Amino acid sequence: MENVNVTIDGRSVSVPKTSTILEAAKQLGINIPTLCYMHLETTDFTCKPATCRVCVVEVEGRRNLCPACATPVMDNMVIKTNSMRALEARKAIVELMISDHPQDCLTCNKSTDCRLQELANELGIRRIHLSGTSKSVHPLMKGIAIERDMSKCIMCRRCEEMCNKVQKVGALSGVNRGFEAYVATAFEEELENTVCVGCGQCVAVCPTGALMETDDTAKVIRALKDPNKTVVFQTAPATRVAIGEEFGLEPGTIVTNKMVTALKRLGADYVFDTNFSADLTIMEEGTELIGRLTDYIENKKADLPILTSCCPGWINFMETQYPDQLHLPSTAKSPQGMFGAVAKNYFAEKLDIDRENMVVVSIMPCTAKKLEAVRDSLRVKDNPDVDYVLTTREAARLIKMANIDFNSLEDSNYDDPLGEGTGAAVIFGVTGGVLEAALRTVYETLEKKELKKLEFVPLRGFQGVKKATVTIAGIEVNAAVVHGLGNARTIMEEIKNGNKENLHVVEVMACPGGCIGGGGQPYLHGDDTILEKRTKAIYEIDHSERIRKSHENEAIQELYKNYYQEPNSELAHRDLHTHFKKQEKY
Amino acid sequence: MGKIKSFDELVQLQKEAKEKEVVHDIHILVCGGTGCKSQDSDMIVNNLREEIKNNNLEDRVKVVKTGCFGFCEKGPIVKFLPDNTFYIEVKPEDAKELITEHVINGEKVTRLLYRNQTTNEVVPDSKHMDFYKKQQRIALKNCGFINPGEIEEYIREDGYQALAKCLTEKSTKDVIDIVKESGLRGRGGAGFPTGLKWEIASRYDADVKYVVCNADEGDPGAFMDRSILEGDPHSVVEAMAICGYAIGASKGRVYIRAEYPLAIKRLNNAIMSAREYGLLGKHILGTDFNFDIEITFGAGAFVCGEETALIHSMEGSRGEPTTKPPFPAESGFFGKPTNVNNVETFANIPKIILNGAEWYKSIGTEKSAGTKVFALAGKINNVGLIEVPMGTTLREVIFDIGGGIKNGKKFKAVQTGGPSGGCLTEKDLDTPIDFDNLIAKGSMMGSGGMIVMDEDSCMPAVAKFYLEFTKEESCGKCTPCRIGTTRLLELLEMICEGKGTLEHLDELKNLSQVIKDTALCGLGQTAPNPILSTLDAFYDEYLAHVTDKKCPSKSCRKLLSYKIDANQCKGCTLCSRVCPNGAIIGKVKEAHMIDLMKCVKCGACMEKCKFGAISME
Amino acid sequence: MEETELAKEKYEQLEKFIDSLPEKEGELIKVLHKAQEIFGYLPKEVQHFVAKKLGVPAAKVYGVVTFYSFFNMEPKGEHTISVCMGTACYVRGAETVLEEFKSQLGIECNQTTKDGKFTLDALRCVGACGLAPVVMVDSKVYGRVTKEMVKDIIAEYEG
Repeated sequence: MENVNVTIDGRSVSVPKTSTILEAAKQLGINIPTLCYMHLETTDFTCKPATCRVCVVEVEGRRNLCPACATPVMDNMVIKTNSMRALEARKAIVELMISDHPQDCLTCNKSTDCRLQELANELGIRRIHLSGTSKSVHPLMKGIAIERDMSKCIMCRRCEEMCNKVQKVGALSGVNRGFEAYVATAFEEELENTVCVGCGQCVAVCPTGALMETDDTAKVIRALKDPNKTVVFQTAPATRVAIGEEFGLEPGTIVTNKMVTALKRLGADYVFDTNFSADLTIMEEGTELIGRLTDYIENKKADLPILTSCCPGWINFMETQYPDQLHLPSTAKSPQGMFGAVAKNYFAEKLDIDRENMVVVSIMPCTAKKLEAVRDSLRVKDNPDVDYVLTTREAARLIKMANIDFNSLEDSNYDDPLGEGTGAAVIFGVTGGVLEAALRTVYETLEKKELKKLEFVPLRGFQGVKKATVTIAGIEVNAAVVHGLGNARTIMEEIKNGNKENLHVVEVMACPGGCIGGGGQPYLHGDDTILEKRTKAIYEIDHSERIRKSHENEAIQELYKNYYQEPNSELAHRDLHTHFKKQEKY
Repeated sequence: MGKIKSFDELVQLQKEAKEKEVVHDIHILVCGGTGCKSQDSDMIVNNLREEIKNNNLEDRVKVVKTGCFGFCEKGPIVKFLPDNTFYIEVKPEDAKELITEHVINGEKVTRLLYRNQTTNEVVPDSKHMDFYKKQQRIALKNCGFINPGEIEEYIREDGYQALAKCLTEKSTKDVIDIVKESGLRGRGGAGFPTGLKWEIASRYDADVKYVVCNADEGDPGAFMDRSILEGDPHSVVEAMAICGYAIGASKGRVYIRAEYPLAIKRLNNAIMSAREYGLLGKHILGTDFNFDIEITFGAGAFVCGEETALIHSMEGSRGEPTTKPPFPAESGFFGKPTNVNNVETFANIPKIILNGAEWYKSIGTEKSAGTKVFALAGKINNVGLIEVPMGTTLREVIFDIGGGIKNGKKFKAVQTGGPSGGCLTEKDLDTPIDFDNLIAKGSMMGSGGMIVMDEDSCMPAVAKFYLEFTKEESCGKCTPCRIGTTRLLELLEMICEGKGTLEHLDELKNLSQVIKDTALCGLGQTAPNPILSTLDAFYDEYLAHVTDKKCPSKSCRKLLSYKIDANQCKGCTLCSRVCPNGAIIGKVKEAHMIDLMKCVKCGACMEKCKFGAISME
Repeated sequence: MEETELAKEKYEQLEKFIDSLPEKEGELIKVLHKAQEIFGYLPKEVQHFVAKKLGVPAAKVYGVVTFYSFFNMEPKGEHTISVCMGTACYVRGAETVLEEFKSQLGIECNQTTKDGKFTLDALRCVGACGLAPVVMVDSKVYGRVTKEMVKDIIAEYEG
């Protein structure tokens, strides 16, 4: 690659010809503030619409200031990133934004996590010279999963980029023009009436308090306060490697047992693990996979490829975008759903309490799980299997509210019997994990011998679409793993157009990286290499587990023995399986 | 008519067209531009034709409905050839007299002739009119001369010969070189050298390339593109094909405002007849060159005049500009190399090819070759469309061609470049107009709108008017333009309402500079120009609004106060009855008084008073 | 009943137009122009229909419709009165004319009279600056309009 020489703030540097000023400055360790610019290393996605104009710098010989994020370097370019002219302009721009922004930092959910607030502080903005009208006042739109306060929208368009370019869902668009412009859904409908799948990737990248998960902490507090309620927590695999970040720990720190202690301190009656039901999912889904494969071999006809169904964002995507392909996903409920059913049927029975008096709270890395919890198939009459879903961020908030010093907590173990999970379950938290876990079990079931190497390396990593062929009991199983709904769309088009590569099983996770990159996880603040650290931690846990295959989970074996008899039994179908239907939405 | 298969056949057709023309000894040209059309020029054509028929003059006289003559102020215009007799403000009922007197009796109809504004003398023909004397028409050459609906009339005037010449005698490089050497700069606003643009576009290889004509004329007060498309659509069609040949594009697109129905109709018609004559489509003029044109409608967004926004709009998206690079020449319409020029730029091309680069370069100034079309409007006598060599001074344009200020008022300023431009004043009147001089003066060429203001125009209010426009038309993409223009407008509103302070003036200036410095596209970068230029030239006027709470031009309503002169008031009560807010008190036959607290300053009382007893200041 | 029949016919007309397009990519604005021509305006249902037929997200369609001033989501009156507020018209008193229309019709800009007769619009330059100030009623142009002419212009379309 050809290099060019540029001088930035008096220091010269040689950078590739295709670099932007921002990238060149970075090489010199010069940090130019940005706002709308977004670079996702692991997804290989960059968006530099150059709309916020916060990163403007002075380039010698150019009449106007240039946005560093989108201006390519040229040989012998002389750049001043912090000239008074640039500084004053930058300040004025942030002041303009604030002049059209509610000044309610005290009560804003995003306070201290807000990029605008941070910029105002960095630039020493202490007074707003400008005041005037605000863009039409937008009502707070409180969805089931996502809450939108568009009066706080600064038109960086990151959410739109995520929704349309990365996820290819198409629920959001810039609407109106000029001062009235903001990002909205079709016809400004509630998110629930649109093709939004609830993945929360928009929330994950929103720099202000415009997009937030809907806060359910108050409801959980009320349940914990009520002496008549038995409160049962479940924690998803991906939460244990991320929640520590909210307490200042290094990304990728494993805090499973501190998290259990924290929840107990909050007053949980039982703290269980979604890993338990992840193993259960493997039993159900694996059996279904074997069934369909056998059908295929014997009758040359089966609903293939079987698609995983544990990701609620992905299921919503299927129901809205590919309603004619709903025969493909596994009918198995997600681990969260299975847990709810087991807790409120099996476990409540065991405790001899009414299901109405049990409150199941999920701690999930995910906003779409809130939508999943209100599905009809996850309730008995009016009583839901999962009462409340808190994202990792909300859980951390609750812990902070309760004045619990998370980092100094002692370790505790999950309660029995729904607290036991295997290594196969914990990798549900990363892309490729569900399939890997399934293959471990399917292999041993069909081959009837021990699988020596548990790691299916070709299915790991951040590549958008991963494909591999695995031979099990003489059958060549063509498997694919995709993460990010944009990639899911690619693979669905492939399947819809004849499944030419003859795929048998496909794992889909809506969020880039899988659940560790879920829309409810601690904010990445622009550094998505954090996803790699969380992934590493997940694999570390798997590696250190005594049991690493779902079918070897003793509690699961117990559950089948005592209750469900065998996977895909009639009772299992009642509690652990679901059905999908077309969603007609805007 | 079959397809023209060679240059020779084209020349032959021209010959035939010329022969056809000389059959009639009198040609009556009736303006069919939007302005004249709205004043029944169609009816004039019908009546003239009927009179000709009644008098059995069909062999001698032909009526041609043409495009705009430019002299919109005095429309509808009817012109008699060969002696260029120029009739103004013609009404349908004048047809009989025109035919009887002018054609049959050989006498000009004096009452319909133009009179010199200063001497009041009758001017017999257009050659002696000041309005036309200083003009030089290249882009508008055929406007007002040919029937835009007849391709053969265009061919008669050397039409499509430039294209034929390019296809048969010149390499693509030759064509680009001619355009480069001619010094032609884009007429859409920024003045980028056209030849260079073509050269860059020619360098990129792709399976498809596009030539786009930007006909999204949105400058309020500019209507040259519309006039060209209405009056000489083939010149644009031909030029686009030439450009296609030069840069290696086979597809053309015209992006045109949906608000221009007549221009759309005529352009469509021109494209269809060009296809019919084999001047568009496959194997043009028997060569291997293929090129065709499609029309895309705009949907009402000024920002789509910016080329990247225009391309996004053509792609069916929101017309939001994107940062350059990449330039459209590299990645434009659907990611393909695309060359965008505006209508007037294209209209110059065939003439440049035919007459050579040297000829074109000899017109105008060193850095701004050729002519420029301006739309004169505002408080000027001769509102209309003119074309003058670059380097003509503002004084010549406004006073010689434009006939000076309406109602004998005093010239105050002229806004060039529409909402992106600035106000130029008395001291700038002798500046030769070209791209660079206008920018140096804090304004810009823009598309060529020229709005003249007289002493009654309040400059902060004028700036406010333009900001209302840019605020309304901002796409909302970048922060400085989205929020900044709104804040600027709010500051101006406060100033015009007497709520302004010196700090506001300071803020107005600072913010204007920041927006100019940081906005994403040309719309935002130039939006503060009307403020900066008026602040510069008319600071006193701003100051008067802020410190004295007075509007020197007496146009900011909130700063006015009305007063009844007790000596002149007869107590007729008319004013108190007309006052919408009950602010006037007084008994019958006694002097009245205005309650200033209640007065909404509508001026109704002053209008009604028969005795001149009410005044304002 | 008749109304739904009419709507059905309109949808069929639109569908036919969309199906006739050789290429669907990028034709959203063209289709919206056509849809507005057929329906007179672009209600949500029509936009959703266009979205489905073209295979683009409804949000994008809505984003486009709200961007361009040519598209309306509200039905227009029988006649549209557009007062040009271009610079040339403005400096020659278009504002007064607009105010007069407002007061005579009793509506603001972008509103329709209660009887559904008139919609009032302020328009950007129509390019007839020679006739400033200009008013357009539907596609008819009125030049050099004064405050006094307003009543007569309205009367032409009443009854």
